[in-house]
Formats: sequence, structure tokens, C-alpha cells
Amino acid sequence: MRRVMTSARRRYRWALSFSLSLLLLQPVLVAAAPLAERQVLENGLTLLVRSSRALPIVTIKVTVQGGSLWEQEGRAGLANLTALLLTRGTATRTAAQIDESVDFIGASLSSSAGRDLSEVDLTVLRKDLPKGLELVVDTLLHPAFEQGEIARKVQELRAALRKRQEDPGEVAQEVFDDLVFGSHPYGRPLEGRETTIAAITRDEIVGFYRDHYTPERAFITVVGDVDRSEITGQIRALLGSWPKGKATVKRATEPALLQEKIVVKKVDRSVTQANIVLGHQGIRRDNPDFYALTVMNYILGGGGFSSRLVERIREQKGWAYDVSSQFSPGLERGSFQVVLQTKNETAGPAVQEVVRELRRIREQGVTDQELADAKSYLTGSFPLRLDTNAKLAGLISSVEYYKLGLDYADRYRTLIDGVSKEDILRVARTYLRPEGYVLVVVADQAKAALSE
Amino acid sequence: MAWLILCVILAPGLVDAQVTARVKESALENGLKILLLEEHKAPVVTVHVWYRVGARNEQPGTTGLSHLLEHMMFKGTSKLGPGQFSRVIRRNGGRDNAFTSEDYTGYFETFASDRVELALELEADRMRGLLLDAKEAEAEKHVVMEERRLRTEDEPISALREVMGAAAFQVHPYRQPVIGWMSDIEKLAREDLVRHYNTYYVPNNAVLIVVGDFKSDELLPKIRHHFGAIPRAADPPAVRAIEPEQRGERRLVLKKEAELPFVFMGYHVPNLKHPDNFALEMLAYILSGGKSARIYKSLVYEKQLALFAGGGYDRESIDPNLFPFYASVMPGKTAEEVEQALTAEIERVKNEPVPDRELQKAKNQIEAGFLFGQDSVFNLARQLAEYEIVAGWRAWEAYLPGIRAVTAADLQRVARAYLTPDHRTVAVLIPEKMKK
Repeated sequence: MRRVMTSARRRYRWALSFSLSLLLLQPVLVAAAPLAERQVLENGLTLLVRSSRALPIVTIKVTVQGGSLWEQEGRAGLANLTALLLTRGTATRTAAQIDESVDFIGASLSSSAGRDLSEVDLTVLRKDLPKGLELVVDTLLHPAFEQGEIARKVQELRAALRKRQEDPGEVAQEVFDDLVFGSHPYGRPLEGRETTIAAITRDEIVGFYRDHYTPERAFITVVGDVDRSEITGQIRALLGSWPKGKATVKRATEPALLQEKIVVKKVDRSVTQANIVLGHQGIRRDNPDFYALTVMNYILGGGGFSSRLVERIREQKGWAYDVSSQFSPGLERGSFQVVLQTKNETAGPAVQEVVRELRRIREQGVTDQELADAKSYLTGSFPLRLDTNAKLAGLISSVEYYKLGLDYADRYRTLIDGVSKEDILRVARTYLRPEGYVLVVVADQAKAALSE
Repeated sequence: MAWLILCVILAPGLVDAQVTARVKESALENGLKILLLEEHKAPVVTVHVWYRVGARNEQPGTTGLSHLLEHMMFKGTSKLGPGQFSRVIRRNGGRDNAFTSEDYTGYFETFASDRVELALELEADRMRGLLLDAKEAEAEKHVVMEERRLRTEDEPISALREVMGAAAFQVHPYRQPVIGWMSDIEKLAREDLVRHYNTYYVPNNAVLIVVGDFKSDELLPKIRHHFGAIPRAADPPAVRAIEPEQRGERRLVLKKEAELPFVFMGYHVPNLKHPDNFALEMLAYILSGGKSARIYKSLVYEKQLALFAGGGYDRESIDPNLFPFYASVMPGKTAEEVEQALTAEIERVKNEPVPDRELQKAKNQIEAGFLFGQDSVFNLARQLAEYEIVAGWRAWEAYLPGIRAVTAADLQRVARAYLTPDHRTVAVLIPEKMKK
């Protein structure tokens, strides 16, 4: 609301002075080639290779169908613990030996679990690729899950969960997820809880490993200085005999729907800033409205300084350094959330502004200019998602996992360009619920309450 | 260029390790330094403009000025309205941002390579065309205060790092936090910003770096076109402060709501301008380069004293800085035990020569890291710019040869010379009970 006249005039002057260069710029063209070459080995293991020979380095990502979605509630943290233990010792190598071997070739090797999947990542020099592959394959096929290593990791995770309580943003997120998803796996930390991690037995870890780490539930993405047929031969030699799995595994399906009401949870802490999370359930990754929502959310709060939330709450009000909104789609409905931090005293007014923006985009939609700007960013910035090996491996892996198709780079442009103002209005009305959200405020409540 | 391409095909490792050999340096008459590095592996380009100004150039009472000015660089010029900078970049598929450190303030735009001229146009415009509107400045101060609350006030480890720096340096401005003290930010005025801007945002105090998919001979005339008309100004004043030698350990505690104690130990060390910098860098890898490094292996893995622990050498710094060690104390353990264990690892380097394989491991990690770091054009530009500002970009060329020459005896010598209790500041976070 400040100085509308002044800023409008400035915009006009800008348009005159810079219009020439802006007019000269043509849309960015994205390469039409597939993101990677795909091949399925005899045992069901899928291999995706993208050769990029500019630097003598290689990135390998093993993606496994198995995350917290496949956990029992009383064993929350099992997927994460299993993944972390892969690099903590094998049949023939101790954890310390693995660490030393990785460091000696200047490589990095890590493993982790998410909600929907688990991953093992290797970055290695081209000249050390055989050694790096040997280490990845050993951790993948022969993890020891030695009792002492399990105890060590459990103790570490419990301490980490405790330390996380120091971070008011993390506390707010944890409370929010719990209220939005209840007992569904999306509602709890990947690490699980102190009590559930402590209850996990070695047999359960071995069982989770046996059920999920199988060739038909895994695929390998290779990006970097490799020859496709050569790397395929190497991987076939190492993993061709990986036996298929036997078990059929069950996972949690959709989370229970929230009631259409406003739930407010306040957590009292001696902090100078209120940490606020506001939102509800969102969509699955396979929802065809994903692209319209991507554009809508860019305009609402995903587009940094181009977004309405930043414009209103940071630029106009000066209430926050960081405010954003996002959808987190997964195999199941992830969350939609707005996150911001503001001094305790402005917590109340900031929440009101957020809700007002949710209502406004639902009622009035977006302008032609906003739509055009959002599309030109989302399509024009696609090359920036492909400019390093690590980014490429990450994108190829999610394209494969969520079945987006290896022509995704091209289809993405078409899908984004096809979004209309009507689509945005429709998805805003369908998926934003300013009458039924969860609001979590971690703050010095005595100060935050003064302003309400 | 033809011979270079041939070399790439014949011996990629060799040529790519010498990325610095492909940097093209030039300067405009107004003193603007230009560093260009062509990287054609992806159709993207990153444009950086870095100014030689940061917390190091600030005075007590107006700390945080460089950082606030960084924020103001997005708040409008005579040609472009407040907040429009990032909108224009994004509309063109680009990402932009900025950062402030003790030694520099950097701005960048990364996008598809055909947009490069837009960045030149916009950066040239805001080098001298900033409005510094008083109302905008007042509003932005509040944003920065929120940033400080987020990053420091409610973040126990950052708060501890801040007070350690303030105790370790008594004379040199490295004692001041980059974001500024809260009471200083609150009082910063438009006149402070204008003075700072006019003193430091001049072409002869700036470096322009472009890395990515472009042709240097086509880009240089465009750079000249956009920046050439900006007049040279007086050279900014030199920072004269020199931190005197520390003679005796300093200790402090910070009490804050937290779950676990935390320990920082900062040792005064020379920077990359001193020949011992390579041995100190190697020492950082021996002690803290990965899970097989000594501190992780001992404190985190074997003894389970720390949730995480390590050390890092502030090597790329205009003036001599610190070698900080840190550890997050595990429940049931004490800060004293952890401090002793950290110190024991430092003493071990002094007393026993590092075995050959361990020395080779650290060198391999550094060589590999040097190559991995070239995968991103943004990172290449950042490194070039940082080296240029702290010591001249050619100091980057000296890095790998310097590392290769380090011996076990060098490690022992520098550990004994610099990592002594008399040269350190120990800061301990004492958790106060949290509200539940």
C-alpha cells in the first residue's frame, strides 16, 4: 500500500529504458534429447545413464522403493535407520574401513531415507570409478547391521532429535506435520521418535533391508564422465546376480482427511521470533493439477521476490526476512504449507495477512501479468535444474521414480505453458482451504498474545 | 582456442585441473576488473559483481552497514522501481541473490546464456544509480532485524560463534558480526548508507566475473558498453587495524535456552598470504576432512562424546583470521570432556608425525574436491571472485601446487606454531532449561 504512485512511476520509467533489451530476448529452448538412456537388466534392475564428459567426475545415485511410508507406527524411523546403517559396515569391511576407503579416493558416499524412497549417493573421480562402484555395491548387497553399530546410530539419532528441539522452526514443523497427518507416516519425523527408534531390533532392520533393497525395487542413475556401454557392463558384472526379492510389502496409503475447521496450536518458548507454519494436506505427485498448482503457488508464495506473500509481508510490512508457501507432493498427499518467522509481537497480524492472501487468490485468481511472469520463470529457469551432475542425477531419479517420462524437460514446458487463469482459479479453490487449516505458532506466547 | 579443445580430448584430467589457466583477465579504464571463464558444458551463464567491502570496513556503532546496503541494492534505482530487480531477472528465467561477508559483498544472476546482457545492464545501473530511499531503508532495517533474530538471536550455535569472534579479536573489525549488532542495525540511517555506497560502490572497487556458456570476445564489448561510462572515483580508505598477538587463552560462556552444550575453540592463524597456509589447510583435512578424519573418528565415532564435531580453517580471508574447532556435546557428556578430547587431537598432530597414507588421503581429497568444485558455474565464479578479493585470483593457481608440497614435518611445525592454548579463545554454550 505504500507509495503506489512512486513505484508505479518508477516501473514506467524502467519499462522505457529497458524495453529494448527485453524485447530482443527470445524464449529459452530446452534440449529435446531424453534426460537419460534407460535400460532394465535381467534381474529387474533399472539403469539410467547420462554421459557428460566435460569433467572427469561421476555421480551415482541408487534409488530404492522404501521409505517411511512402509513403516509400522511403533517402529517409526526404521527406514532411516536401515539406510544410515548401510555404510556402517559390511560382511568384509568395518565402518571405519569404509570411511577410510571413501576418503582416500576423495569421494563422498552417503545413504539416507525419505518418506517415499531411500538413496545411496556416490560422487567420485572418473579414475577411481571402479573402487567407488565396489564400495557402493558392497554397502548395497552386504550390509552387516552389526549390533554395536546399531546401538551407536540409535544413540546418535536420539541425541539429534533432542538437539532439534533447540530450533523453533523444526519444532513448529514437527507439530504441524503431526496435526495435519496424524498417525500417517507423513506426520512424523523421518528419524522416528526417541521411543520408537529405541524399540527397533536388528531383525526388523534386516527384514526391512531384505524386503526393500532388491533389484526390481531399485534403480541406478549414473551421470558424468562414463561411456554408456562400459558402465552398463560394469554394473551388470557387479549387480547382475543381485537376487530378486521374494516378499510383497505393504505401505501406508492415503492419510485421513482433515476436518474442515481451524486448528491452532501454540508452543511457548523463550524466543525473539514467532515461528509460524500454516497449512493443510495438499496433493499427490501424480495429480494432473500439479502443474497448475506449481504456477499458482509460484505467484502465491513460491516465487521469492515475485510472490505475493513476500511482497506483502516482507516488502510492504517489513515483518519477516523469509516467508514462502509450498506444496510437497509425494506418493501420497503431502502438505501445503506457508512458513514464516516474525518477531513475537507481529505474529497475529502476519497470520491474518497470510489468510487474506489465501482468500484473495481463491476469490480473484491472478492477473495476466502474474501468469505470464510465472510461466516465463518456470520454463526459462529449467536449464538451471540441469547444470550440474548432482542436479541432473536428482532430476533423473525423481522423473523415474514418479514416472514422469524421460522427455520430461520438454513436456514440462508444454504443461506449464498450458496453464490458464481459469485453471489457477480452479486449483486455488480446490486445494487452498482458508477455512480449514492447521496453524502452529512457536513463540514467546506472552508477547505474541499482546498483538492478537 | 583449437589447441585447447584438442588437449581436453586427449587429457581431460590434466587440463581441467588447471582451470585457472583459462581465466581471462582485463580491466576497464575506470578500474573495473573483469574475469571471464568460458564453460560450455551447459547452456547457462552466471554473472557476478563483487565489491571490496564488508564488515571489515565497518566502524563500531554502524556495524551491519554493508549488509543493509546489500539489501538496499534491490530497492530501486532511478531507472528501476523497488523490488523490480529480482522480478525482471525471474521473468527471464533467472535466479539472483547477494551475500555479505567480512571481506566482500557479492551479487549474482544465473540464467540461460542468452540473457547475459540483461545482467550487465542491471548491475551497471545499480553500481551508481541507487536511490537509497529513506522510507525503503527504514522498512528494510526491520527485515534485517528479523533476519538477525532468525539467524542469531534464536540460534544458539550462531550466537556462540558471534561472541567467540568478538572475544578472539579485540582490535581488528573481524570482531564484528557481518549482520551487525542489533542495536546498531536499529540506528543505521540513510546518510550512513549513502556514504558507504558512495565510498565503496565504485568501479575501481569492484570485480565483474562471468562464468559459463558465452564467448569472451563477444562479451567484452558489451561489458565496456554498460560499465565503461561509469567514472572512476577515489580509492576507498584502507583498513589499517592489525590484531596484536594473543598472549594467553581467553575463555567465555554463553547461557541460552538449549538442549545440549556446545564448544568452540578459535585459534589465531595466518591466512592464505602466508606460506604456512598450505600446511594449515592440510591440517584441516587431517583433523576434519570426512568421517575418517581424526576428530570425527575419535570424538563422534569411537568415544561418542560429540553428536558432531570438526574444524575448519578460515584461509580465504583478507587479514589473518581464525582456525575454529567445534563440537556439539552428547547427552550425558560434559563440555570439559569434549574440549579435552578436541585438544588431545590437536596435541597428537604436534607429537606424532602424520603417517604417509593419511597425508596422501588428505591430498587426494583436496585434489578431488578441486575438480568436483568445477561442476557448477556458480561455484567457479564464487571461487574466482573470493580469491580475487582476498589475495588476487592468481592465488588460486598456487593452491594445488602448494598442497602437493606439504610434508608431515610441515604439519607438525604449523600445529606447534599456531595451535597453542595461548592463541585460542574457548567459548562454551551452557544450556538453560527450555520451556515445555
